[in-house]
Amino acid sequence: MTDKEIVEFLKNYNGPDVSLMEICGSHTAAIVKSGIRSFLSPHIHMVSGPGCPVCVTVTSYIDRLIALSEEPGNVICSFGDLLRVPGSRGTLEEAKARGGDIRMLYSPLDMLEQAAKDSLHNYIFAAVGFETTAPVYAALLENAGKDGISNIKLLTSLKTMPEVVKRIGGRMDGYLLPGHVCTVTGCGLYEPIAADIGTPMVAAGFDAGNILHAVFALVKLRGKGVVKNFYPSVVTVEGNKKALKAMDRFFEAGDASWRGLGMLENSGLYLRREFGDFDAGSSDLTEDRENAGCHCSKVITGEEKSMDCPLFGSICTPSAPKGACMVSREGACFNEFINR
Amino acid sequence: MNNITLSHGSGGDATSKLIEEVFRNEFHNEYLDRMEDSSVVPGGKRLALTTDSFVVQPLIYDGGDIGRLSVCGTVNDILMSGAEPKYLTAGFVLEEGLDTGLLKRIVHSMAETAEEAGVRIVAGDTKVIEHKGGKDDNPGLIINTAGVGFLNEKVNVGASLIKEGDAVILSGNIGDHHAAIMKERLSIRNEKIKSDNAPLNEMVRRLFDNGIEVHALRDVTRGGLGTVLNEFSKESGQDIFIIEEKLPVSDAVRDFSALLGLDILYMGNEGKMVCTVAAKDKDKAVDIIRRSKYGEEAEIIGYAESPVTAGEGKLILKTGIGGERIVGPLYGEGLPRIC
Repeated sequence: MTDKEIVEFLKNYNGPDVSLMEICGSHTAAIVKSGIRSFLSPHIHMVSGPGCPVCVTVTSYIDRLIALSEEPGNVICSFGDLLRVPGSRGTLEEAKARGGDIRMLYSPLDMLEQAAKDSLHNYIFAAVGFETTAPVYAALLENAGKDGISNIKLLTSLKTMPEVVKRIGGRMDGYLLPGHVCTVTGCGLYEPIAADIGTPMVAAGFDAGNILHAVFALVKLRGKGVVKNFYPSVVTVEGNKKALKAMDRFFEAGDASWRGLGMLENSGLYLRREFGDFDAGSSDLTEDRENAGCHCSKVITGEEKSMDCPLFGSICTPSAPKGACMVSREGACFNEFINR
Repeated sequence: MNNITLSHGSGGDATSKLIEEVFRNEFHNEYLDRMEDSSVVPGGKRLALTTDSFVVQPLIYDGGDIGRLSVCGTVNDILMSGAEPKYLTAGFVLEEGLDTGLLKRIVHSMAETAEEAGVRIVAGDTKVIEHKGGKDDNPGLIINTAGVGFLNEKVNVGASLIKEGDAVILSGNIGDHHAAIMKERLSIRNEKIKSDNAPLNEMVRRLFDNGIEVHALRDVTRGGLGTVLNEFSKESGQDIFIIEEKLPVSDAVRDFSALLGLDILYMGNEGKMVCTVAAKDKDKAVDIIRRSKYGEEAEIIGYAESPVTAGEGKLILKTGIGGERIVGPLYGEGLPRIC
């Protein structure tokens, strides 16, 4: 079918209501950017999932980063989005304004260069992310070992996808699997989950055409527990073996706390004991204090729409975010807000 | 004089030498050469005035430098009021230790750009401050330019004058300057990405000389096209529709922005403008811009339409696959993606 025919089908679809979750924040942003939602039939609901790393990071993690930035001799390095996420006592951006040495980097590997030149400081990377980013942290540690750089650490909040998909499970009629994550892990590990909950899953890329075909397939496959790969240029069934090996060398699975969702068994990645010297204290960061009234947890699990949150658009806006979903460019609420 | 020292800002002999060797050498003209406390220049009845400070890092980048930028920025701001830029002032804040050769290169670039833009630099100032950066960080400079332009009695442009049916014309590829600066900062090699910093005199003058009914005119700088067109819709109360497929973007900048997760609609330029013209003039106007220097890639990218609720104009993008979305203002900085 051509793009045009699919657009017509999705516009005029008149079957039973279907709720489709795009798990990954990059998909949320791409769907908004492409304007797909503007023509979808009212019987097709797109729901943003828990696949924005910033949105699922617990407040105690942010608090620990801020505390570390206040200790003399520490330099905190982070991706940009994390700087504005509120912890229980403010944001990293505010800690930076108070004099904390907090640097925004584009790649964790840039930290190595800075740390090598400045042995008097400890460089701590705010290592958040999913299976996509974990291999980059593995590369960072590998290079640090090679170059004998010892003044670097990671404060990790790394999460993996399958467990959280199981948790949301059959409440959705279909899942758009995260394309970048599947590039690393492969899409094969979702086959038993899809079969178990009887729900179709499609691994998709990020251009509008690819997303369109994936949404169409999910509507058509409703009720069938199968996995399809619509992103074969980079996604395979078994994944990227080299990246998985690097990840496995440094990290092991463990229980993790998700913002708003609580503890999920085996849904996190932690530094292995033998690499404990690189850990800035990541293991006990489980406490999560959402802002009063904030419904982030319900939004990222598809229980509520952003608009149903009492703070949305009035108290919580991109300029003054109260919840993580409003901070990130890939967050459900941010994207809902800018497209109002 | 290999490096700038604090004595170059003392007002004494070293300052005079700096002015003679570096600034007057490049900027001399009948007004500046009098070297009085202020320059006296012939004036007009309606003047356009503007000022801007330039703090860009790195000081020299692919396609330009802070000197060229400091002239283009102010010249273009004057042009966007429909005025003809005439005179500039230039204020320099130099960090102690700045390499004089680098300063000369930047000043020479300013002089060249001023000549291209048909403006005279008629007054200036220099201050030297201590270098506060770390030892790996080279001493830099900040430039402020202010400018004056003469306005023809008949010319009247402004975003509030945008009317239903106006065509929206963009003078060329967007995102070039932003990508060029980001590329330098991230040490990414890509020869195809260059800053577009340029004075836009020719295209603006020719639009007015040919009697085009121009309603609104703005240069697309910090905040990008999305920001300028949000201002247009807000101030005019009109919906502004733009068509994704018509937006001129080079392949290199498109790929670069996709890689870094930047939204092209919010990426800045320093040599592009967007205007709205009466529908009857749209084809002629785009043709004029395309035949002008720096306007070869101009496109009609959209149109203005009265909104359903009077006065509540929005910026709406018609996407390639046939959808629509509202393009809001830019929130925060354009940050890179995490995954």
